[in-house]
Amino acid sequence: HLCFSFSSCLDASRPWLCFWILHSLELLQEPIPAAVASDVCQFLARCQSPTGGFAGGPGQHAHLAPTYAAVNALCIIGTDEAYNVIDREKLLDFLWSVKQPDGSFVMHVGGEVDVRSAYCAASVASLTNILTPKLFENTTNWILSCQNWEGGLSGVPGLEAHGGYTFCGTAALVILGKEHMLDLKALLRWVVSRQMRFEGGFQGRCNKLVDGCYSFWQAGLLPLLHRALYKEGESELSQQRWMFEQQALQEYILLCCQNPTGGLLDKPGKSRDFYHTCYCLSGLSIAQHFGNMDNHYEVILGKEENRLAPTHPVYNICPEKVAQALQHFLRMPVPEVMLNFAPNKGQRFCKGSLTFS
Amino acid sequence: MSDIEETVESVQVNEDKEFDVEVEEHIEDEFAVDPTRYIFYRDRKEWADLEPVPQDDGPNPVVKIAYSEKFSDVYDYFRALLKNDEKTERAFALTADAIDLNAANYTVWHYRRVLLQALSKDLKEEMKYITNIIEEQPKNYQVWHHRRMVVEWLNDPSEELQFIADILSQDAKNYHAWQHRQWVIQEYKLWDNELEFVENLLEEDVRNNSAWNQRHFVISHTTGFSDPAVVEREIQYCLNQIRKAPHNESAWNYLKGMLQDRGLSSQPGLLERVLELKETHCSPYLLAFLFDCYEDALENIAQKEKVEEEEQKETLRKALEICQLLAQEKDTIRKEYWEFLGRSLRNKYGNGTLSDEPMAENPEPSISASQSQEAS
Repeated sequence: HLCFSFSSCLDASRPWLCFWILHSLELLQEPIPAAVASDVCQFLARCQSPTGGFAGGPGQHAHLAPTYAAVNALCIIGTDEAYNVIDREKLLDFLWSVKQPDGSFVMHVGGEVDVRSAYCAASVASLTNILTPKLFENTTNWILSCQNWEGGLSGVPGLEAHGGYTFCGTAALVILGKEHMLDLKALLRWVVSRQMRFEGGFQGRCNKLVDGCYSFWQAGLLPLLHRALYKEGESELSQQRWMFEQQALQEYILLCCQNPTGGLLDKPGKSRDFYHTCYCLSGLSIAQHFGNMDNHYEVILGKEENRLAPTHPVYNICPEKVAQALQHFLRMPVPEVMLNFAPNKGQRFCKGSLTFS
Repeated sequence: MSDIEETVESVQVNEDKEFDVEVEEHIEDEFAVDPTRYIFYRDRKEWADLEPVPQDDGPNPVVKIAYSEKFSDVYDYFRALLKNDEKTERAFALTADAIDLNAANYTVWHYRRVLLQALSKDLKEEMKYITNIIEEQPKNYQVWHHRRMVVEWLNDPSEELQFIADILSQDAKNYHAWQHRQWVIQEYKLWDNELEFVENLLEEDVRNNSAWNQRHFVISHTTGFSDPAVVEREIQYCLNQIRKAPHNESAWNYLKGMLQDRGLSSQPGLLERVLELKETHCSPYLLAFLFDCYEDALENIAQKEKVEEEEQKETLRKALEICQLLAQEKDTIRKEYWEFLGRSLRNKYGNGTLSDEPMAENPEPSISASQSQEAS
């Protein structure tokens, strides 16, 4: 029934396609048929590597990006079948296999380092309850070293501040409970400055063009910073609005980023794709919803039907799905691993059982 | 007479043409036909020993990709190579086809690197190969990482700065290119000409934020920003660029970014120079910079008790005035932010005697859902 044909350039990103589509549907509050959900579970199971983590497609090597996408997709589905796909012990092995002594992570064995990897690792480790302080030793300091003179974060230390990388670094630190170690004021100034005064949308870097996907990567930072500042004792925070122009962002997305035949996009003139559909909708949700469970304030531009489901600003899946996954996995013991930053070495045993391997 | 005979013969040949064509297609030496004609791996005799491995998408695949016949054929054989852990010349050649079909397949790239080592391939040739691929697909992660590996193995960065300069001439903000450039410079200590390179780029486009970042990168790793002569030179440079293009946010950000660790008010005369610019070269960025100067002054005043309370009140008043100007008029897209900063500043440095300040209290906006619907 889903008659889309995907481009072969995404052949190493298929779990991403699952996440982009499932998250878009959950934001639109479209139910996912049980058969589809089950098919996705079985497909992602085939993307799981025998050595742990998920790959871009069946038979490929594990990589932190499709691992992040697969775990998120499975948590959106949220059935026991979905949760059971994840081999937590092997996932932990995989995370250790890509961990570097300086605190960073490579994206895959033999691959490149940048701050996306820390976010992907922290996201999946926290959701599936395999996170230990040792796994993220030095990671905080490495991420902090990515905050630069502009106030935002770069992909690796030294580079230009960039919305995607800033989101990844900040969200990772929030997961690790260390976001207060950033220069929050400088970061806040940088990100609010990324909203374009004419277009209303966000740019990824200073003096570059607006792009619909930054509606999430950049605007999504404001809820994170709001909470971080609140925890630091900031008393003057608004109780109704994020510190960006919510209406202007909604206008940009709704008026400039929609394809008349469906789907969303970067900017007028560009073609639609599932990545932009996911992140434009995610940004629209951020712009519509302020607050949390206790204090919720909405700004809906246009018809009431424009209202999307709220999204969790750290994981970018719906908050209920985050809570449900955490509840499910927190009942399980944290696997223990003995590895020295090298794949294929070491033994593993689970607390509470006596399995050796 | 011979012509007629020939004709008869050619007629005979024509009748046999179909058979002849079949014979041609079965000729073992494929170069007798068009040598550039693509032949599927499944039809190549030197691959006949290998059983292709179809992709295991399972019985009910999702997010199905419409692979071309060529794509499926190449990757069926790639999977077979991977399964057998084959480390041969033919495997190496196939990786190029697989990469050509999807340069983002990091599994193939990894395998190619394994083969480069196992077969002791000529890495200089590999440099030529990766140079071409990057020129075609400069926004791909894998190609740049591969180049870095080859440069490391060769321990030869001699082509890098020129190559990256060429890529940047096509897209002066390519993030991967800058990342590779910084790695090369730092790894092989190639700092000497980089400030000049940056200045040339800024000459071409003073709004190139990547170039401003590189400027900061070079200086912080060479002279540093502690030397007052360097700082004065950089301030001069910034102000010159601002005079040429007043609404260039990069220049203002650089000015602030360079000085913020020591504090903006630590630089004597700077506030005055900026206030001069305010008349003729005003911008939201200039006003924000003034605000930052005042805020920094307040931060330092608070620590020095001998400063007049009147002076502190005046600095606070000026800071709040700018906040309001930005929120209400000059930078309204950031209204929520500037109002927050105003409240924050007043909360921190203000006291009860500020009731006569010009700025009105800004109550929480109370737009309800229905009001916002009308805004559509």
